[in-house]
Amino acid sequence: MTGKTPVLRLENIVKTFPGVRALDGVSLSILPGEVHALMGENGAGKSTLMKVLGGIHQPNEGQIIVAEEPTVMSGPLDAKAKGIVFIHQELSLAEELSVAENIYLGELPRKSFGRVDWTTLAEKTNAILKKLNVGFDAGTRVGDLSIANQQMVEIARALTVDAKAVIFDEPTASLTDAEKVVLFEVIADLQSQGVGIAYISHRMEEIFKITDRISVLRDGQYQGTLNTAETNEEGVTQMMIGRKLDLSRNVSHHELGDVALEVRGLSCGDLYSDVSFEVRRGEVVGFYGLVGAGRTEIAETLFGLRDPSAGTILIDGQEVKIHSPYDAIERGISLVPEDRKGQGLVLGMNCRDNMTLPQVDDLKAGPFVSDGAEIAIFDQYRDKLDIRTPGWKQTVGNLSGGNQQKIVIGKWLSMHPNVLIVDEPTRGIDVGSKAEIHNLLRDLAAQGYAVIVISSEMPEVLHVADRIVAMYSGRVMRTFTSEEVTEENLIAAISGLGGDQAA
Amino acid sequence: MDISMDKGTVSKALKNGAIWGFIVLELIFFSIAGEFMAITDQAFMDIDNMLLLLKQSAPIGIIAMGMTIVMVNGNIDLSVGATFAIAAIVLLDSMTWPIFAGLGDWVIPVSCLLALASGVFFGAINGLIVWKTGVDAFIVTLGSMLGFRGIVFMFNGENPTSHLNWTLVDFAEAEFLGLATASWVLLLVTLAIWFLMARTVHGRNAYAIGNNREAAVNAGIRVGPHMMINFMIIGFLAALSAVVFYAESGSVNPNDGMLYELWVITAVVLGGTKITGGAGNVIGTFGGVLAIQLLRKGLGHIGADTSTVNLVIGLILIAVLFLDRQLNVKGKEELKV
Repeated sequence: MTGKTPVLRLENIVKTFPGVRALDGVSLSILPGEVHALMGENGAGKSTLMKVLGGIHQPNEGQIIVAEEPTVMSGPLDAKAKGIVFIHQELSLAEELSVAENIYLGELPRKSFGRVDWTTLAEKTNAILKKLNVGFDAGTRVGDLSIANQQMVEIARALTVDAKAVIFDEPTASLTDAEKVVLFEVIADLQSQGVGIAYISHRMEEIFKITDRISVLRDGQYQGTLNTAETNEEGVTQMMIGRKLDLSRNVSHHELGDVALEVRGLSCGDLYSDVSFEVRRGEVVGFYGLVGAGRTEIAETLFGLRDPSAGTILIDGQEVKIHSPYDAIERGISLVPEDRKGQGLVLGMNCRDNMTLPQVDDLKAGPFVSDGAEIAIFDQYRDKLDIRTPGWKQTVGNLSGGNQQKIVIGKWLSMHPNVLIVDEPTRGIDVGSKAEIHNLLRDLAAQGYAVIVISSEMPEVLHVADRIVAMYSGRVMRTFTSEEVTEENLIAAISGLGGDQAA
Repeated sequence: MDISMDKGTVSKALKNGAIWGFIVLELIFFSIAGEFMAITDQAFMDIDNMLLLLKQSAPIGIIAMGMTIVMVNGNIDLSVGATFAIAAIVLLDSMTWPIFAGLGDWVIPVSCLLALASGVFFGAINGLIVWKTGVDAFIVTLGSMLGFRGIVFMFNGENPTSHLNWTLVDFAEAEFLGLATASWVLLLVTLAIWFLMARTVHGRNAYAIGNNREAAVNAGIRVGPHMMINFMIIGFLAALSAVVFYAESGSVNPNDGMLYELWVITAVVLGGTKITGGAGNVIGTFGGVLAIQLLRKGLGHIGADTSTVNLVIGLILIAVLFLDRQLNVKGKEELKV
């Protein structure tokens, strides 16, 4: 790789905010035709670095050098004009408009009287879409496309300029495996055209599959750059967190209690069908499968957000009908949702109020809410779950992901649920806090709670679950005990290849 | 394309077609009900009656075209009724100003231009405040609705402002190819705004801004000026509506145009424009305007009074929004709230 001129080089970038040194001397170079991973825990400074690159923040020290020319970026448009293009994790598209209009948003070709030149627009767009080899055309409404295809529209937008470097921020976060393959092909194609790719992701498999080099940030400091071929997951993780991570298997050594939840033949339209399983008190049951396998939908059914089309749900052996979250909470079913910020917390409210939200009706002294009772509950679960916050008045939006997740878990524990369902317990939570959440889930089982953990991360389910339900395309393929399961047979089951109960 | 595409198209077709289906339904209902309950012998679907209906739709309809582009843009304008009244006063009063005394009938175009300019001016004030302060358009125009109405009352207290210019009345009552002046203005405005929204860069950018404002900003679209232009357009159209209406009536009360904003918004929403912006078109709005006017006229035809008309329109508005929500939710996934 040496000898080539980097398309983009950062030299000793320092960015400080009041009280924080967000970036502390970061240097990085992206060569033409390479895929360069940028890794680090949440809060390590990746997003600040991206904002500096995109001209949203100006660095206090250091230089951005594009093709050997020191440059000042004045904003995202300026960066784009200089050939640095971003593909953001959150897509930024106008859904009601056509593909062509989105690609040339703000730069629609004009005719006289300010009219849009639709012919030129369609021609230019279709030329770009052809390069990307996608299955839709310029006139398609963006809202009608899948997430993956919407991402292709974003990428197409990047290709309207002569891109020197393309920066992908968690591009696979909401893609299926098949869609990822297409994305990786596009990336490889860009690579072969000599474009430098910066690739931000938490997903190790991807990093090792497609990148050439890996740079690691920790606490705003540049930790070093590794050649992907010469390192492994453990090496990178160590660099990210500065220590080793325990991901050994966990098995319950205590006696399991009664069956808390049993599900028989549960179906919900074409989302999933004929799902049966049981969860005992004192055990953690993991649900593993690809995105779209129906795991989250099962959780939503149990929590009353979706009505099942067939099947029965039994709690403590009693058949129950659950039509709303209100019903579910009454029956002792709790859901820690996947989208913590959107569905789990009221971000603008303080810690205490979030924690007591579902039971505030029960905490009344006369007609008024009892402050004391609320604070007592908060204090109890703050200590129990080791929630680090300056006090109950702290706004939840200001806490770290790990502490936010603990508030959601505490919210339900304080109501003593029969079953605790945790969907993607560590999504968006940094590596260090992950272990804490994992231990917490294990502890809860040991205390006799029935816990369901839904996860897209294999190490996570292997680590926390006593039993693993493998799902593929809306069906339970096989239920593994922790003795039976191996990475190989688990992957086979969730890919629809093997398993005892294959339909 | 994929399945979701088909679903989207179906629900969209329903949405676009729904208002016209509703209009046909109204026509059939009032024609039949009219046979039994009508207070006159005249058939409801009489051609003169329908032409009159189009003419009566004009004051609300002209403003509704402007509201469509403002709402697609992601804003709303509650001050149109007050702007309407101000423009009417400017039109009628300026014709009596001494400085124009020597103009004879040439005072008519001058006063019309003054009235239209006042509409553009007050629209520009709204747009400028929304642009420069970043305050939500709902709040800004709620304020200006009260403020502009205050100006109306300051001008002449509780008294009406009147001036009849017979040349102007003749113009307003003229007919061309069977359509009254007001009807022609409504049709031309609809066509012009359709062209603006569907065919020009400004129009397409307005959709983009209403759809995903952040994406529009990131694409380098200057959101503020686009919004201001749209507020000026709706101000202009509110004034144009006043010119058309008061050319004929010749007298404006300080309370005139009150609740116009609500009728206009009702028509726009019935016509399929999303209240959150980003989707909608003037053809749907045109349907919405006709539907409301048909309902008013039809209920009157079978002997219902104004309060019943309001109640029915209110119920229909809620029913339509409910139907729209159901269609959209079903199109994606049925997830409870």
